[in-house]
Amino acid sequence: MADEKRDLRGTLLDDSAVFTLREMCSACGVHAELVIEMVEEGVLQPRGAVPEEWRFAGDALVRAQKALRLSRDLRVNWPGAALALDLIEELERLRREQRALRRRAGAARW
Amino acid sequence: MEFRDYYQTLGVKRDASPDEVKRAYRKMARKYHPDVSSEPDAEDRFKEVQEAYEVLKDPEKRTAYDRFGKDWKAGQDFRPPPDWNPDVSFGGGGFTGAGEFSDFFESLFGRAGRRAGAGRGHGHLRMKGEDLHARVRVSVEDAYHGATRSITLQSPDVDAKGRVSHRTRTLNVKIPKGVTDGQRIRLAGQGGPGMGGAPAGDLYLEVALDPHPLFRIDGRDVVLELPVAPWEAALGRSVTVPTLGGRVDLRIPAGSQSGSRLRLKGRGLPGNPPGDQYAVLEIVVPKADTAQAKAIYERMERELPFDPRAKFQGA
Repeated sequence: MADEKRDLRGTLLDDSAVFTLREMCSACGVHAELVIEMVEEGVLQPRGAVPEEWRFAGDALVRAQKALRLSRDLRVNWPGAALALDLIEELERLRREQRALRRRAGAARW
Repeated sequence: MEFRDYYQTLGVKRDASPDEVKRAYRKMARKYHPDVSSEPDAEDRFKEVQEAYEVLKDPEKRTAYDRFGKDWKAGQDFRPPPDWNPDVSFGGGGFTGAGEFSDFFESLFGRAGRRAGAGRGHGHLRMKGEDLHARVRVSVEDAYHGATRSITLQSPDVDAKGRVSHRTRTLNVKIPKGVTDGQRIRLAGQGGPGMGGAPAGDLYLEVALDPHPLFRIDGRDVVLELPVAPWEAALGRSVTVPTLGGRVDLRIPAGSQSGSRLRLKGRGLPGNPPGDQYAVLEIVVPKADTAQAKAIYERMERELPFDPRAKFQGA
């Protein structure tokens, strides 16, 4: 068992994280064409006008990886993956809200 | 090891046509895909479904699997026949590389050519290491202040012959302050080792915030139910309230009602911009359980011109 004693500092994948096209490709393990396709089909929405200037937020990386898995495992195309991801995000938001409401109702019951 | 009934996993009959197998697989894959499903065991179920399809979609593997016939039931103790030589028969490819398969699968079809990874369409052996995913539970206090967490991982190791073993690794990971539920932390290069000199994969930690007895977290905002006495709400008073950064005084405006939300700007989880804390007032009514308390309520009843149901009039 190899213990690494130093503290590792990761990147928090929120709005404060920024990735270039090249970094997205390397993090996802795919060629640039695939990421460009995902942008063209609305899966990802980077800031910047041309691929060289694109800047992706941290959550775009999570989204890109999910889209890749959905396309690989379920054979959905990019527009399908974009739709699925939008719906999944909405569902996650609603579930979080529901959990919070349940907790509140549970706390108020006494 | 336990026998796996791949037909049962996909929910098809033993004489199902390739099309039926494919349709059943697609349906199950949608149901249990870890990115889609909310079933608690989705990931395991999805792996089982993929493994079953890996075998049943391939005529060669399916024929070999069918040699064991209907007599075998799922879960039965199983040993492959002594003359079975998986690495020779099935090592030549045809694996979709969708992840790890069971010991049962490997005993029948070998592990050669098996390779996980997010990449698609790489035709060469230089391959980035596998990305690893783990969940890290974080208390609300640690999300506010930041913390260091010790994380133990089963990390795959690939030797020169391409064999995969697992070793246990412990990492100390900084949880940055301001993390919130569902966010991910990426640790570049902390995933599985790469092949052919390619870089290692990455480690992704998904943050799961533990529920807090007082504070509810909504994104970066913190919500606190604040019990107040009727006179505090009616007359307006300053009360001391807990926040994640310590106690602060909060001015309750005169005439506040239950459900009123008061904002403490910037007192939520840190960030750019930081979240706010909201105190949601809840007026708590003292019990009339002494003669004196009763007398006060009765005096209010007589002397205050108050109709809490004024809006019902005319209904």
